[in-house]
Amino acid sequence: MHTSSTATVNHEAHDNPALLHYFATAEQQKDAASLGMWIFLITEIMFFGGMFCAYLVYRYWYFGDFAAGSSSLSLTLGTINTIVLIGSSLTVALAVRCAQVGKKKAIVVNLILTILLGLAFLGIKAKEYKDKFDEHHIPGQASFFLEGHIPRHPDIPVNQRHAQIYFSLYFALTGMHALHMIIGVGLFSFLTWKATQGTFGPGYYTPLENGGLYWHFVDIVWIYLFPLLYLIDRHP
Amino acid sequence: MSEHISSVKLYITIWIALMVGTILTVMAARIDLGVFNPIVALAIASTKAVLVVLFFMHVKYTHEKLTKLVIVTAIFFFLILLALTMADYGTRLWT
Repeated sequence: MHTSSTATVNHEAHDNPALLHYFATAEQQKDAASLGMWIFLITEIMFFGGMFCAYLVYRYWYFGDFAAGSSSLSLTLGTINTIVLIGSSLTVALAVRCAQVGKKKAIVVNLILTILLGLAFLGIKAKEYKDKFDEHHIPGQASFFLEGHIPRHPDIPVNQRHAQIYFSLYFALTGMHALHMIIGVGLFSFLTWKATQGTFGPGYYTPLENGGLYWHFVDIVWIYLFPLLYLIDRHP
Repeated sequence: MSEHISSVKLYITIWIALMVGTILTVMAARIDLGVFNPIVALAIASTKAVLVVLFFMHVKYTHEKLTKLVIVTAIFFFLILLALTMADYGTRLWT
């Protein structure tokens, strides 16, 4: 009995070199890897969730100062970055699809496009950070000063301490997001290298699929960060 | 393997929907909707997130119910975190 089941497993392992001996089928192995990746992403939701929660409390308390801080960000650069990141999610999804249908060269092309879009995002983010340094909008700076007043209340000037809380959360959230992007670019460089060696195809593309899940997750974080940080009370 | 392969057309459609959502959210922010400004912004962001999760992350086609259970549970607990925190901070100034 035992011998025969071992023989069956070995037989399938012979068919698919990527199948590990402790999984019965390739499908079971892929499901386990996918579930493991999702549980990692859940821990990431909790990690970013704490910061989102802090943001929510302070935005509720100091709404006017948050609106003034938000309006000092470049809406143009923020929108362009959102578009760039959504484009990179599309190329990731297409890269996974190319693996599913066995177009090995197109995997590499889509992965390289993803890395380029990721680097474009980081470049624009760096420009935004530099602008904040030039404008003395860095929390903790002795020269920190956010000009202006609370929207629709020209008689109430911005509270500088509350504005610094906004920028602390802005840099914590976008900084952590940018760190995830940098890790993502590193991860995708590795995947591109693997793809050029022809590792991924219809029979085995789990690293590509799970790397894709990570990239899409980082995209979703930005989908929420963009309206929460850039679009507070933007109307006249 | 019962692997679902989405068409390129579907991926492009989802991408266009995400782009439209991005433009809509910027336009909506420029209009004074009162208390509905953040609600509209979050509704659009959540719609975009759901599209990414279902189609780009293939959750719509996964046959593994455990994955879906894990995702729904995580969102549920995240909402508990936000709801109970705001129930606290939102009522502290009540007299």
